Amino acid sequence: MQSHILSIILFTPLVGALILLFVPKENKDAIRWIANIFALGGFLISLPLVPMFWALRFEPGFKFLEGTANNWIPSIGAGYNLGIDGISFLLIMLTTLLGWISILSSWTAIEIRVKEYYVWFLVLQTGMLGVFMALDFFLFFVFWEAMLVPMYLLIGIWGGPNKLYAAIKFFLYTLLGSVLMLLGILFLYFHHHTVTGVFTFHIPALYQTAPLIPFHYAIWLFVAFFIGFAIKVPMFPFHTWLPDAHVEAPTAGSVILAGVLLKMGTYGFVRFSLPFFPQVLTSPATFLNVTIRGWVIGLSLVGIIYGALVSLMQKDMKKLVAYSSVSHLGFCTLGIFVLVPLGLAGSVLQQVNHGISTGALFLIVGILYERRHTREIAEYGGISNVMPLYATITMIMFLSSMGLPGLNGFIGEVTILQGTFAANWRWAVWAAPGIVLAAAYLLWLYQRVFFGTVTNPKNEKLHDLTPREILTFVPLIVMALWIGVYPKPFFQILEQPVNQIVQTIHDKSSANAPVAPVPAPQAAAVVGPKAVGPKIIGPKAAGTNSTVPKASN
Amino acid sequence: MVPITTLHYLVVAAALFVLGVIGVLIRRNVVIVLMSIELILNAVNLNLVAFSRMWGNLHGQLFAIFIVVDAAAEAAVGLGILIAFFRNKETVNVDEIDLLKW
Amino acid sequence: MFFLDHIWLIPLFPAFGAAMMFFFGRRLQKATVNAICVGAVVVAFLFACFTVVEYTHFAHGTGRPLEKIVYTWLGGNGHLNFLKKDGTTASFNADAGFLLDPLSSIWLLFVTGVGMLIHIYSVGYMAHEGGYYRFFGYMNLFMFSMLTLILANNYMLLFVGWEGVGLCSYLLIGFYFHRKSATDAANKAFIVNRIGDAGFILGALTLSWYLGSFRFTDINALAHSGHFAIGDPVLTIAALLLFVGACGKSAQLPLYVWLPDAMEGPTPVSALIHAATMVTAGVYMVARSNAVFVLAPTAMKTVAIIGALTAVFAASIGLVQNDIKRVLAYSTVSQLGYMFLALGVGAFAAGVFHVFTHAFFKALLFLGAGSVIHAMSGEQDMRNMGDLRGRIPTTYKTMLIATLAIAGIPPLAGFFSKDEILWQAYRSAYGSFPYLWLIGFGTALMTAFYMARLIFLTFYGQPRMSHEVEHHIHESPKSMTGPLVVLAIGSVCAGWLGVPASLGGTNAFGKFLEPVFAQETAASVAPTAPQEPAGEEHRGLEWMLMVLSVVAAVVGGGWAYGYYANAGKGYTEPIAVQAPPLYTALYNKWFVDEAYDYAFTGRRKIGDVRLGAMGAGEASSWFDAKIIDGAVNDVGWVTRAVATLSKWWDKWIIDGPLVNGPAILCRFPLSPIARLFEWGLVQWYALVMVAGLLGFGVYYVWK
Repeated sequence: MQSHILSIILFTPLVGALILLFVPKENKDAIRWIANIFALGGFLISLPLVPMFWALRFEPGFKFLEGTANNWIPSIGAGYNLGIDGISFLLIMLTTLLGWISILSSWTAIEIRVKEYYVWFLVLQTGMLGVFMALDFFLFFVFWEAMLVPMYLLIGIWGGPNKLYAAIKFFLYTLLGSVLMLLGILFLYFHHHTVTGVFTFHIPALYQTAPLIPFHYAIWLFVAFFIGFAIKVPMFPFHTWLPDAHVEAPTAGSVILAGVLLKMGTYGFVRFSLPFFPQVLTSPATFLNVTIRGWVIGLSLVGIIYGALVSLMQKDMKKLVAYSSVSHLGFCTLGIFVLVPLGLAGSVLQQVNHGISTGALFLIVGILYERRHTREIAEYGGISNVMPLYATITMIMFLSSMGLPGLNGFIGEVTILQGTFAANWRWAVWAAPGIVLAAAYLLWLYQRVFFGTVTNPKNEKLHDLTPREILTFVPLIVMALWIGVYPKPFFQILEQPVNQIVQTIHDKSSANAPVAPVPAPQAAAVVGPKAVGPKIIGPKAAGTNSTVPKASN
Repeated sequence: MVPITTLHYLVVAAALFVLGVIGVLIRRNVVIVLMSIELILNAVNLNLVAFSRMWGNLHGQLFAIFIVVDAAAEAAVGLGILIAFFRNKETVNVDEIDLLKW
Repeated sequence: MFFLDHIWLIPLFPAFGAAMMFFFGRRLQKATVNAICVGAVVVAFLFACFTVVEYTHFAHGTGRPLEKIVYTWLGGNGHLNFLKKDGTTASFNADAGFLLDPLSSIWLLFVTGVGMLIHIYSVGYMAHEGGYYRFFGYMNLFMFSMLTLILANNYMLLFVGWEGVGLCSYLLIGFYFHRKSATDAANKAFIVNRIGDAGFILGALTLSWYLGSFRFTDINALAHSGHFAIGDPVLTIAALLLFVGACGKSAQLPLYVWLPDAMEGPTPVSALIHAATMVTAGVYMVARSNAVFVLAPTAMKTVAIIGALTAVFAASIGLVQNDIKRVLAYSTVSQLGYMFLALGVGAFAAGVFHVFTHAFFKALLFLGAGSVIHAMSGEQDMRNMGDLRGRIPTTYKTMLIATLAIAGIPPLAGFFSKDEILWQAYRSAYGSFPYLWLIGFGTALMTAFYMARLIFLTFYGQPRMSHEVEHHIHESPKSMTGPLVVLAIGSVCAGWLGVPASLGGTNAFGKFLEPVFAQETAASVAPTAPQEPAGEEHRGLEWMLMVLSVVAAVVGGGWAYGYYANAGKGYTEPIAVQAPPLYTALYNKWFVDEAYDYAFTGRRKIGDVRLGAMGAGEASSWFDAKIIDGAVNDVGWVTRAVATLSKWWDKWIIDGPLVNGPAILCRFPLSPIARLFEWGLVQWYALVMVAGLLGFGVYYVWK
């Protein structure tokens, strides 16, 4: 017996996009209404998932499975398989919520090519949901790439003055990561065949074989996946596409970009990098005297402080928020790679928090931008005189973003830090300045924009939030308060999957140890030129390729 | 009464065919040219149906139906092109459609 | 047990008031705002009183803590575990739970009590200000946070209150947000506090990582268990980190800089937050963590030294300041230093006692200063005051009482608490620290001087204000003087709760707190510590020190009398006359703000070089734009360069000789011939086709 709720959630936005295609493009209000109805519908349809999932929250493994392995393209072993666990569940709910909010927020912001805008936005929504639901690597990759195109168009068509540069940079940069990841996927795919004689992209099946990959190949695979995801996150130093993309994207695009798209990178780490390559993550092998995991954590820590420092000095509000994302996501990746259940749970929670807070921050900047068409901080000042409600909401979301206890950001940060302490207290100490700097750049921004008297005459006539704009913030504030005051349900949802992931890492790496021992000298050789290793894919894989069709079923 | 044999049909079809060819060759209006092409196709249809009757199976009729469909599609596309062309050149005279001449 | 069972309601009363202001405040009348916000605090105070009464019955003098857990706040179903330092697992858990013991009872009472008085005072003080509901909303939010802080049963929930009070402090300092100086001060307060908070959270996490719990009772039990040696390095680090937090919140060196600037806020705020309650949170937290601190003598010593240095440092700056509120601010920093000195030498009860008495007289001083400012139409500079004693008599009398109290004149409150601290510094259960006593003694002298200076400049001498201001001078309304009188009574009597045994008292205050601190003294005092500190043989010494400090107070006051009692326009500062460089240094607060701006914030440049956070930010931005993004763009440039080359190759090689070559060949020799056969007319082609067909037909037929 299968429940099709995941498919229904997944394709509701796409149905909306298809229906929109048949609406005449001159009829902008009809288009807006339909898009909003489908966006809200997509959110409402996902709500029944909450009690359904809640009942199963302690069950192990993936839930709400759909499809059998390899049922889509049996000849290559690709399947339409969906399934979620607590991690993807939270991210899916975040996606449906933010999708609705961003579409609602675009009502007046988008005036040209309205129809195309909403169509692409709804397509994007399906793509993102698919990434979080797919249990088949082929399907996953399809969604992963499918989501790239709408985002590219959203930035490139409805963006700011420098939109083409930003859009192309975004596209090419992330595509580079995707290509590396694709190579990694193919290696896993052929490796699975070498081990079991079966060609399949089914992720749970690959979970079984991937940890068996010898270390000197696994390290390169890990790097390939890592770059793919790190670009998406984005981790220092792969982050420079982000400020450009954020600054140029329309408000709703920024919201989705920060709120959901970045989470795909971290989700990829949790879902793939960790369970696939325990042998790499726990290996004592070093590169420049630092273990592989040490490098990743080092980059996260640098990202936390560096992102905060850079955003301190930004003159453009959106750029400031964009760099603050680098800092926050540094916390998320830190929590993932400490390989402690607590850190992992905190990281996922922090991803949700970041979606809520930073999504709101982009909405906030967008509201000013819509009224004044500039994001220069220097253009503003004394805004709380003319827009008091807006100033209040901004303050709440700033506080949430800087991790004030009682609001959501704190819960994630402290959980990550406690998990980090358990792994290595020094890392936690290095992460702490990020907390201070977060307060510094946000409060300074707040002072420059909201406090003082109105000095720029253009700001005197700004009108406060409209009911529609208030409506976009209400769910975010409610969520921020809820997670801040009563996060227990979220922890309960995350308990099972994070423990399972960490457990598999420890099981696999210890079970694997006798098979693929990693003595230091051999490991040192890995980094050398000798280990450039697509050799395995070469002749052997090509030979087996022709016999693919029989392999599945 | 002379029974109507296959030959009769073929003669009629041949006549239709020749009419069509002549129409294609000498008329200047594209619409008429298209209609003439229809005549040619119908001549072929007639042949097919006649042979179908002669052999006592349905293959010919099947093909005839195909051709009818094909003719419809061809007319639609042809007229579509014609209209698009008329918008640009404001003429449907075949003599003036000589863009390929260079 | 009704009140003990519903202890969680206490913070919720003001939270309700704050929420009402947030949602409906804009539409409410001032009277309604008063009813809700002041009412909420009054209810909280009454509730707190009943709760403490019930608690004393509950505890029966044993001081056993009452813990009331409402729900699990952090943590899931108990499966989120982490590895402790010793390799065992611990569950990540922090409750929304409340703890009442003698320590929190005291804080509960004076926070709600003083808070209530200040709320009432604010009704009068803020009557003519804009943003009335906003002010009271923030004040109620502050009360909520402060009560959460003192009632929390674990470090994480304490941190909620801890940051919450910081937030309210930020909001209230920046209450006049039109003024750049106010918002600057607000930012400074929050960010400096954040530095402390980062230390605090790391300290709490260290404790949890080491001991496996955030809960005070668990941590105390473990600390008492004897598993941890005195001087345990991890506990020392944890204690030091917690103290960093306390330094931020309680304005100790080197993080004190925010508190003087915080005087930009409305005066009731200064009284409530920056004198009586919030700034003592650091003292509370260290006292609360006493079990950990006594296991870390290094941390204790640090606390004592920092406290003593802060006390003298801030007092020295206070000697020459002209803004009436700034003098009080530095006085607060200095008194907080005293409290930490007490904690650091192990006299926890004495420190807490000073917090308690200080809350009365310092709140009174601030409120009195507010009343003066109110009377002076907003003037805060003492150089423009003088001879006010007859014109605002209630304010004068109450402030005089507070001044005598803080200077340490017996039998007012400050005398007992301050002398207890000085005595303990001289000879405590943890050893003898005569140098610290000396610093404390010098501070007492300075305190008496600057407080007397404040009184003489404000209320005595010749009037130095403009005529217009002079014309408007009036005593404040009842809602303002009422709290002054109540606090004055407190300033007189509060000390009597802790009359030391040497003066024939019972030190009821210390007895009440004993269960919280006594165990430490019993369990972990090093055997080398001296015996009973207040024994008979020391009584003479103790009396001598008392007399000394009273003499210091009188001498300090006397000096001030000599210099300022008849101050007219253009009076001179004695320090400025005798040691001009010292005066410049003191007047400019030892240039600490400037130094911080150069070194840490980067708001000032050294030459063209910017250091500090902003310097690092600029460097990082440059690095980001030029190096990282530069590299990305360079990759793009290389790609484009390769593409240009490819394009050239494609155009001139592939497309040239190889593709266009044959084409050109076709074009010139061949095409004119081929072209002859092209008419471009469809019907010609058809005709040729038909002709061809016919030709073939004829050929095959006639072959």
